Amino acid sequence: MDTMEWIILNRRTLAAAFPVTIPVLMGYLAIGMAFGLMLQSAGWGVGWAFLMSLTMYAGSGQYLGVSLLATGASLPQAAFLTLMINFRHLVYGLSMLEKFRGMGKRKLYMIFSLTDETYALLSSVKVPEGVEERDYYFCIAMLDQSYWIAGSVLGSLLGSALGFDTTGVDFAMTALFFVIAVGQWRAAGSHLPALLGGAATLISLLLVGAEDMLLPALGVIVIALVLLRPRLDKTGQEVPQ
Amino acid sequence: MRLTPGQTLASIAVMAIVTFLTRAAPFLLFDRGGEPPKVVLYLGRVLPPAIIAMLIVYCLRGVSFASPAGWIPAAVSCAVVVALHLWKGNDLLSIFGGTVLYMVLVQAVFG
Repeated sequence: MDTMEWIILNRRTLAAAFPVTIPVLMGYLAIGMAFGLMLQSAGWGVGWAFLMSLTMYAGSGQYLGVSLLATGASLPQAAFLTLMINFRHLVYGLSMLEKFRGMGKRKLYMIFSLTDETYALLSSVKVPEGVEERDYYFCIAMLDQSYWIAGSVLGSLLGSALGFDTTGVDFAMTALFFVIAVGQWRAAGSHLPALLGGAATLISLLLVGAEDMLLPALGVIVIALVLLRPRLDKTGQEVPQ
Repeated sequence: MRLTPGQTLASIAVMAIVTFLTRAAPFLLFDRGGEPPKVVLYLGRVLPPAIIAMLIVYCLRGVSFASPAGWIPAAVSCAVVVALHLWKGNDLLSIFGGTVLYMVLVQAVFG
């Protein structure tokens, strides 16, 4: 069936899902626009912004992606870093195993679209009366991604149309990571992982240099965390953001 | 070096596939009721803060202490992001406040 037909058939569910997605609408438009602007100022136009938001659909992953494209990272490097930044998704999936059961073909899309924000909505919403639960989840996921795509396309178009000086817009990525870090710091039982991550990367930057700093840092971080497990596994059962 | 459109496409494809696989892994591995290995659950808990700290350092790799323009804009903006976030706890306000401040600092004040 085509898109219009789908929208008409599901308009009651869409109308029920829309209000709970409004916070995500605001957030995705804004963060998506910053992504579009960043990609634009790195030299990749609106088509690329659309493609990345359609196929990757990951906030911090795409921010990092801009940097990987801009520095001409190799494919293995891009793969490894994307894997690392997405590691938290493993935890999300584990808590959605039950919810997505019996969703048939739509389950693939639900898994694909499981971003931080959609995860947060799906794990907290109550399904309103008279609305089918699976349709409701699917509508939330679809609405969220449409906001993200709209935001990134809009940001890219604004960047090229207004032609204003975008120098420094890439700081949005640093700011996003600081915001996530503050949230994690507050929720964490132990600050050792965060401190270890920062220290290992700083040492790697000084020893190896800015070009190849990430892979050695990652290696050290993973090995150190596994070695520290007897100590860290007891403290805090917090769920990472 | 500038990536060609083909190389860009390949990079995006790799990032998209890896992103999907990390989201799909729990469903592929544990949907039939198996228990995830304890070490995976442990890493799922302790790795994210370490990775984010790593990425912050990575983002700031261009900071230079050779001149005030090389580090003051970043230092001030990072402090403002953290302070705003501790104060208001609003993601958008923190990200946009910090980014606009940084852009003003690098373009108009230290530009």
